[in-house]
Amino acid sequence: MRTICKTPNRTNDDCAKSHEPRHNGVVNVTVCVKQIPDPASPGALDPSTHALKREGKLILDESDAYGVEMALQLVAAAGGGEVNVVSMAPNGETSGMRTALAMGAAKGVLVSDPALAGSDALTTAKVLAAAAKKLPAADLVIAATESSDGYTGTVPEQIAEVLGLPSITFAKKVRIEGTTLKVDRQSEAGYDEVECPLPAVVSVTAGVVEPRYPSFKGIMDAKKKPIDTLTAADLGVSPVGWAGAGQKVVAVQQAEARKAGTIIEDDGESHGKIVAFLEDLKVI
Amino acid sequence: MAISHVWVYAQVVGGAPTTATLELLTKARSLGGTVSAFVAGDGAALAGPAGAHGATTVYATGDVGGRLPGIVAAGAIKALVDGGTVPDVIMFPQNYEGRDAMSRLSVKLDRTVLTNNVDVAVTADGVTGTTPIFGGNLLVSTAFSGPGPHLVSFRPKSFAAEPSGGAAAHVVAAPVPDLGATGAAKVVGVHVEQRSGPKLDEATIVVSGGRGLGEAAKYSLVEDLAKLLKGAPGASRAIVDAGWVPYSYQVGQTGKVVKPGVYIAAGISGATQHMVGMKGSKHIIAINKDKEAPIFGIADLGIVGDVHKVLPALIEALKSRS
Repeated sequence: MRTICKTPNRTNDDCAKSHEPRHNGVVNVTVCVKQIPDPASPGALDPSTHALKREGKLILDESDAYGVEMALQLVAAAGGGEVNVVSMAPNGETSGMRTALAMGAAKGVLVSDPALAGSDALTTAKVLAAAAKKLPAADLVIAATESSDGYTGTVPEQIAEVLGLPSITFAKKVRIEGTTLKVDRQSEAGYDEVECPLPAVVSVTAGVVEPRYPSFKGIMDAKKKPIDTLTAADLGVSPVGWAGAGQKVVAVQQAEARKAGTIIEDDGESHGKIVAFLEDLKVI
Repeated sequence: MAISHVWVYAQVVGGAPTTATLELLTKARSLGGTVSAFVAGDGAALAGPAGAHGATTVYATGDVGGRLPGIVAAGAIKALVDGGTVPDVIMFPQNYEGRDAMSRLSVKLDRTVLTNNVDVAVTADGVTGTTPIFGGNLLVSTAFSGPGPHLVSFRPKSFAAEPSGGAAAHVVAAPVPDLGATGAAKVVGVHVEQRSGPKLDEATIVVSGGRGLGEAAKYSLVEDLAKLLKGAPGASRAIVDAGWVPYSYQVGQTGKVVKPGVYIAAGISGATQHMVGMKGSKHIIAINKDKEAPIFGIADLGIVGDVHKVLPALIEALKSRS
């Protein structure tokens, strides 16, 4: 069956590549991953630019491990296809991407370019969307709802708009039936069941699946898996970095600190201190 | 610089505007210029309360036909802007719908976004948002450097809602253009998780449990204590991710922001993710085994001890009072 592609930015060939295999039980998923400084070490701002310091070894953002796991499970459930990853980093770092490859992703595209430093979320989305097009056409693009270091929380939906795709954010359960994406989406009151046709973009919450630990073999194999490194110019995205960001930090100040409280070791009677504290406040 | 038009992204639930809507309208009045509300849905229910909080106009798409409202809203706002109705600033609530709308609109208008703000001002630098980072220890102020409309979102409870006593706002239709593939997602089912007692983000006392409880079954200690204090039970992200309690219990950056009179953190170490959701509480009591836990840095009363001993003793002591 020949389908006419109605999706902006995608050619009929793109659509054909992504639609036809699915009829044979094949699903290709591209996962956007972020490599961040180890959250265990305290964060710091660059004193001159006020950007988050992101030098040194970077790790796979834990939020993205859920997306990689979900992608691997969707491909396994479909019976074929592959998981690929895209990432953007100013300094050529790939150790976080290798973690995703060790979990089972096939290959990656890294957009690395000193010019990208200072990029805002919109530029990031444009870059990742362009990078995703360098990989086999994806039936589904997965990202985390927000990163653990910058947490702007808009990139997945911005990528969807750049690619002209439907999107379902805050997914806590995801499955693919034929050419339909079915998602349980978090809501203020509980969750909504939301559906849309593929290809589509979905953002997943933490805890949606249990990320696997890479096996020793997976870690060894990952070292040989291909990662293409491109620059923003290779992708034709401009302007980027500080020049492209429509915002600038104008002040950083210490928040008002809370007054130091009373800290006591429990001696078996400390519950009495809590009761007295609540009585003083007249809440009991 | 001066600004002329501020829009607030409004939401109506159960026939009434959300608290966040009224908070943002209240703040919008202080920025100078006219205030309007935009809603993806029917504007009739909004006209009165939005007017009472300072809005003169309500732009409304009408029924969104089962589509995701944030995505529909972005299309309609883009159409208004293209038609010459251009706000200087659009204020969004930092929630599911608000994020969808501002993200899509950001691409459509090719404008940056500032998210997670707790304040906004119009200064010599322009429209400037303030965001707490590193668990709220630092406040970063960021100014938009390009032309508007400036897209900025706010955490819940950043402002107190106060009516200005204005007349009902005019409702103006905001037609939704063809969204093509981007509008294809449809809501086919709605599930509401039932919970008793006061709502988490409105309760005057919140008792939250974390990983220190050790196992899911021990969460009942948190529920029992919350019930005795007529408060609401909450949770850290760690135990929500672990599946002990539903997401609707989560307090923190990606959950609910709470500012109760008393917050009791039981077995919670105080990750940044959690602290930003509760450090605005008036009084904080923390119980944790590890005396180095960051939560003690913000506690008014900290008990270094085992929650499995302190909580049952506290529950018994409270029961014996009544």
